[in-house]
Amino acid sequence: MSQTNHGLGGLKYDPTKKSRASEWNVLAALVLIILVFEGLNRLNGTSFLFNMRDNVDTLFNQQRLDIIILQVSITGIIALGVTQVIILGGIDLSAGSVVGATAMITMSFAQTALVNGAPNPKAVFGDWAMDLPVIVPIAVGLVCGTIAGMINGLLVAYTKIPPFIATLGMMVSARGVARWWSNGQPVSFPTESYGELANGDVLGKLTFGLFSWDGQNPAVVFVALAVLFHLIMIYTLYGKRSYAIGSNEAAARMSGINVDRHKVLVYTIAGMLAAAASVLLTSKNLTAQAGMGVMYELDAIAMAVIGGISLSGGRGSIVGTVLGAGIFSVIISGFTSIQLDAYYQEMVKGAIIVGAVVLDQWRQKGRVRG
Amino acid sequence: MTDIVLETRGLTKYYGGVQALEDANFILRAGEHVAVVGDNGAGKSTFVRQITGVEQRTAGQIFFDGRETNHAGPLEAREAGIETVFQTLALADDLDVPSNLFLGRELFKFRLGPFSWLDRKTMRERTLEALKTTAVKIPNVDNPIRNMSGGQRQCVAIARTAAFASKLVIMDEPTAALGVQETAQVENIIRGLKERGVPLVLVSHNLRQVIDLVDRIVVFRRGRIVASLNKGETDGNDIVSYITGVKGSEPAHG
Ligand SMILES: Nc1ncnc2c1ncn2[C@@H]1O[C@H](COP(=O)(O)OP(=O)(O)OP(=O)(O)O)[C@@H](O)[C@H]1O
Ligand SMILES: [Mg+2]
Repeated sequence: MSQTNHGLGGLKYDPTKKSRASEWNVLAALVLIILVFEGLNRLNGTSFLFNMRDNVDTLFNQQRLDIIILQVSITGIIALGVTQVIILGGIDLSAGSVVGATAMITMSFAQTALVNGAPNPKAVFGDWAMDLPVIVPIAVGLVCGTIAGMINGLLVAYTKIPPFIATLGMMVSARGVARWWSNGQPVSFPTESYGELANGDVLGKLTFGLFSWDGQNPAVVFVALAVLFHLIMIYTLYGKRSYAIGSNEAAARMSGINVDRHKVLVYTIAGMLAAAASVLLTSKNLTAQAGMGVMYELDAIAMAVIGGISLSGGRGSIVGTVLGAGIFSVIISGFTSIQLDAYYQEMVKGAIIVGAVVLDQWRQKGRVRG
Repeated sequence: MTDIVLETRGLTKYYGGVQALEDANFILRAGEHVAVVGDNGAGKSTFVRQITGVEQRTAGQIFFDGRETNHAGPLEAREAGIETVFQTLALADDLDVPSNLFLGRELFKFRLGPFSWLDRKTMRERTLEALKTTAVKIPNVDNPIRNMSGGQRQCVAIARTAAFASKLVIMDEPTAALGVQETAQVENIIRGLKERGVPLVLVSHNLRQVIDLVDRIVVFRRGRIVASLNKGETDGNDIVSYITGVKGSEPAHG
């Protein structure tokens, strides 16, 4: 009964024995890594996941989970965009700098006039830009991301500059914008509603208090965006075109897909996602600094690659990236939990990125066909 | 003159210094099946690429469906009614069979610009129907075609063309990678096109197949059309002598 003729032309094909999706491997790796850190912690009489202190009455180590989730969320939102760009066959090195530039510009429209009764010491603009409705800085931020992403897309699509170079240029320029904006000074003291964006309890509001998750709005936004783009990548023309272009650009062109226009769209969406991450990050920290987001692009790329997104395009999924983001953050927090020095952390981080790419190369070699 | 589907006048294509196609004059009439033969590098695929808008010609005119045409790209040619199986398959390796069949002309549940929702179920059903006509053996159409054999991929490309065939079908060496059974099946598809009255340009090295299937054989040599032979008035040896240059050193009208 297990051998069924589901195949065409009488070929045997057993649909119950589908080859396992690679996402399952990533999930297994995630669980394994958590277990390893739990074990390492237990050796020291501590715990990675669980609360070991008697004076706190929770099952899990809430503080650590919060950190992991926050880390996944902000960089993860960037990784959602980077994933789409990589599936398209490109790369986006500019995301971290776009976060920085967007942070400075957005925060300048989110400031409040009076701080403890005194005028805002970090004011960038005059009174007209103080205490604006929260929608204004959000819109400004998204426009910043859109512009940066669109420039990336236009460069890649119409000048035929390799994506690596085009987005490297944006990486440097956008960081320049971030530094120039307020001469390197931080922009601080946002309105209360802007601070609420990341620190509020949107889940509680949306479910009328049924579920409450105070201070974890970035995670809620990340999950919502991940679900949205998962659906888009699998069920809509946008996703189909992205995979088609990444897997065979010439074929996509020949099939009548407007490849150039689609590239601009994908890079623009990636820019908007980086901007969204920037808004949440500045809201979370209640300040914007020119150095915000440095190296985030590499973290995001690492998340995607760990999640099984192929750097040669055409393969991978949003689910993979979400899991990859989980692995990435668990490893970082895990190192902190076993008190590994930050230097070592960075070295190992680099090794993980290279390792993931090597793995991808191996996977592809296995597919070479005659 | 109204029954002419496709005509080229003085069609010429240079790649830098390479004169791949030189002054090709070719006529295809309604319902007619014509084979294009010639040695490797004779300019057959180049000829196909000019008619289908994949490349822009160096000189000459193309008339399709009664009008002079200037297809800027393969999509325009396809929208005008020219369906093509290219020699280098225009397939996306990481997509499954239905996605490839409907690449660039997806069906939708609802339209929302680039975020239009795909009607995957209908596309899958139509794909299975289209593939049945080719008798191709594919274990699972939901797998990426990267993992399929050359012949299976070829059949996907041919099924795509046959399924959407309207005014003109062009096939560039469709059976080159196929086994005996699959070749026979593709030949059946071609006969089906003939019955439906869909005109065909078939590029092939298989003279047996060509003599079997088409009404007229056009011979290319070194970028030029050197002969146009009606099926009843020629045979394998005759064709070979034109291909190799024993006969027909003067350019002919295709
Ligand atoms: N893009 C290109 N750039 C330069 N030269 C080209 C290009 N495409 C084709 N050629 C040359 O043009 C000539 C004709 O090539 P074409 O592909 O049309 O041959 P063909 O008749 O289809 O051969 P085959 O039977 O091997 O498919 C060849 O000499 C080839 O090397
Ligand atoms: Mg050829």
